[in-house]
Amino acid sequence: MAYDKFNTLQSSAYPLPIENVDTDQIIPARFLKATERKGFGDNLFRDWRYNADGSQKEDFPLNDSKYSGKILVGGRNFGSGSSREHAAWAVYDFGFRCVISSFFADIFKNNCLNIGVLPVQVSDTFAKEIFEAIEKDPKTEIKVDLTNQTVTLLVTGNSESFDINSYKKENMLNGYDDIDYLQNMKEEIQEFVKTRPF
Amino acid sequence: MSTTLFDKVWDAHVIRKIEGGPDVFFIDRHLIHEVTSPVAFLGLKARGVKVMEPQRTFATADHNTPTINQHLPVEDPLSANQLKALEENSKEHGILHWGLGHENNGIVHVVGPENGITLPGATIVCGDSHTSTHGAFGAIAFGIGTSEVEMVLSTQCIMQPKPKKMRINVEGSLGKGVTSKDVALYIISQLSTSGATGYFVEYAGTVFDEMSMEGRMTVCNLSIEMGARGGMIAPDDKTYEYIKGRRFTPKDEDWDKAMEYWKTLKTDEDAIFDKEYTFQTSDIEPMITYGTNPGMGMGISNDIPTTDVVQEGKATYEKSLNYMGFDQGDSMLGKKIDFVFVGSCTNGRIEDFRAFASIVKGRKKAAHVTAWLVPGSHIVEAKIKEEGILDIINEAGFELRQPGCSACLAMNDDKIPAGKYSVSTSNRNFEGRQGPGSRTLLASPLVAAAAAIAGKVTDPREFLN
Ligand code: SF4
Repeated sequence: MAYDKFNTLQSSAYPLPIENVDTDQIIPARFLKATERKGFGDNLFRDWRYNADGSQKEDFPLNDSKYSGKILVGGRNFGSGSSREHAAWAVYDFGFRCVISSFFADIFKNNCLNIGVLPVQVSDTFAKEIFEAIEKDPKTEIKVDLTNQTVTLLVTGNSESFDINSYKKENMLNGYDDIDYLQNMKEEIQEFVKTRPF
Repeated sequence: MSTTLFDKVWDAHVIRKIEGGPDVFFIDRHLIHEVTSPVAFLGLKARGVKVMEPQRTFATADHNTPTINQHLPVEDPLSANQLKALEENSKEHGILHWGLGHENNGIVHVVGPENGITLPGATIVCGDSHTSTHGAFGAIAFGIGTSEVEMVLSTQCIMQPKPKKMRINVEGSLGKGVTSKDVALYIISQLSTSGATGYFVEYAGTVFDEMSMEGRMTVCNLSIEMGARGGMIAPDDKTYEYIKGRRFTPKDEDWDKAMEYWKTLKTDEDAIFDKEYTFQTSDIEPMITYGTNPGMGMGISNDIPTTDVVQEGKATYEKSLNYMGFDQGDSMLGKKIDFVFVGSCTNGRIEDFRAFASIVKGRKKAAHVTAWLVPGSHIVEAKIKEEGILDIINEAGFELRQPGCSACLAMNDDKIPAGKYSVSTSNRNFEGRQGPGSRTLLASPLVAAAAAIAGKVTDPREFLN
């Protein structure tokens, strides 16, 4: 489905300084039973966020009212594990439009790009700097500029550029999705099909 | 120019290259299941388009299905709803559908190869990361998200940047009690869960030459656990023998023609990989995991590494051991376990049940252990009965359940209770993967069998003569 355009985002952020956050933590399998893309944000990080009795775990950053914003900053190797796009949906549905990490798992990164959540990969040093800044001031703001491919920690003015392929960038800036593109080359695809041996 | 097996198959499927962007990549076979397809079909409906190539699309129900009493209506209304959606969507779009109870039903990555849907040189995708399994046949196979499922349903293509190339060589023959699962867990423990991110892996070397198709599937299946997009093995006579005569395998002249093509599918001798690793089988013993990701594995007779040898993320490492209830420096041998799970697309094939039976034969299940033995498909289930394996496991005090993903991801009722330990032949030991609070030790079917008999983590070589 088509999604919101993304150009610049300036926001405070939630920190999650844990490595290898896998998709089973982002959204456990038992919450994948829906047949519609709705309400996944409630179960984002379910088992880290809630106790078995449904009460909130006070020390989990997403439950901590001092944090806010549309950016999630995760530890290294964020989103490893399954291909469930539900993980990206849950991140989106909670209100995030951007995830920052020093390393992303492939499929999760793809899934984010496909639904309009921007994955921003930064250096380990810069990730550390961001975590420290949030710890010092939970309201500290980060500016993500897609056009210029830069991410800036406003309090220090320090900035890094990030990678995104120009096709995906164009899509995100305009809110286009891949299916629109593929639909437009259907004839070419149909010609190709005829050449397949099986 | 010299090219790799991966290049050959990839390049043959690129319809258009986008400047600075991904390739428009054609998909030969699309496997779908009840969990990751409903939203994609809704998307199709919203756009008012039909499935472009229904005969290249195959549906099976597996993730969410009960493993007992499959003849009864599914109790959980949400699961029942997903199963119904798969059935109705398949019907509406003319897609072959193997629902619950159908003789060809089973885990998507088990039924694909069984029915000749999986072929060398093909591109195969599915909304499940362990689609990498099919790479065992020299196919390019990988998991995709639901937006991509919608792309493939509507246009038979996805947009993919070409991954980098890695070759992993393992030389030597496997020692006693060492299986394909141990080879894979060993490689992941060496590379870590992100060591192959951005790469597509080719497995090469004597160990894979000697390995059965089932074993190759286990290895390719686990490629995703080191971050790789997928893994593949060049097709050989074993591959052709396996696929010949299966339901969707090309026949007669089509077979001959396909064979001509398949014989070209190997890496040129002087081809260059972006990264290459070589390991020796002499370093590989039966493996077991002790932490909360598949990279946290070791030879079963070793001790859990201490934080001072852990490269990065000490806090995460400690959190992980804490979750598992283990201490650094502990030996895994002798740790008491509560559950054993044999199944999943990693180790739910006939060879795995043969291995399990080889140890439990003439012995008895430990009284305190609950064991779930779940075949990957009805075809596997039938073979278990046919080969007399069912009698062996029944005599040892085990029961066989009905096919499905089961406790691999615990979406159905097969959940390991909080705090309990399970030796599992599946693929992920993430926190809560097998049920909230569950603690998973990944291992081979031989290690699972030894644990089920002894009631604690045990070296399977003790039971093998
Ligand atoms: S057995 Fe596990 S890994 Fe395999 S398809 Fe099912 S859920 Fe996915």
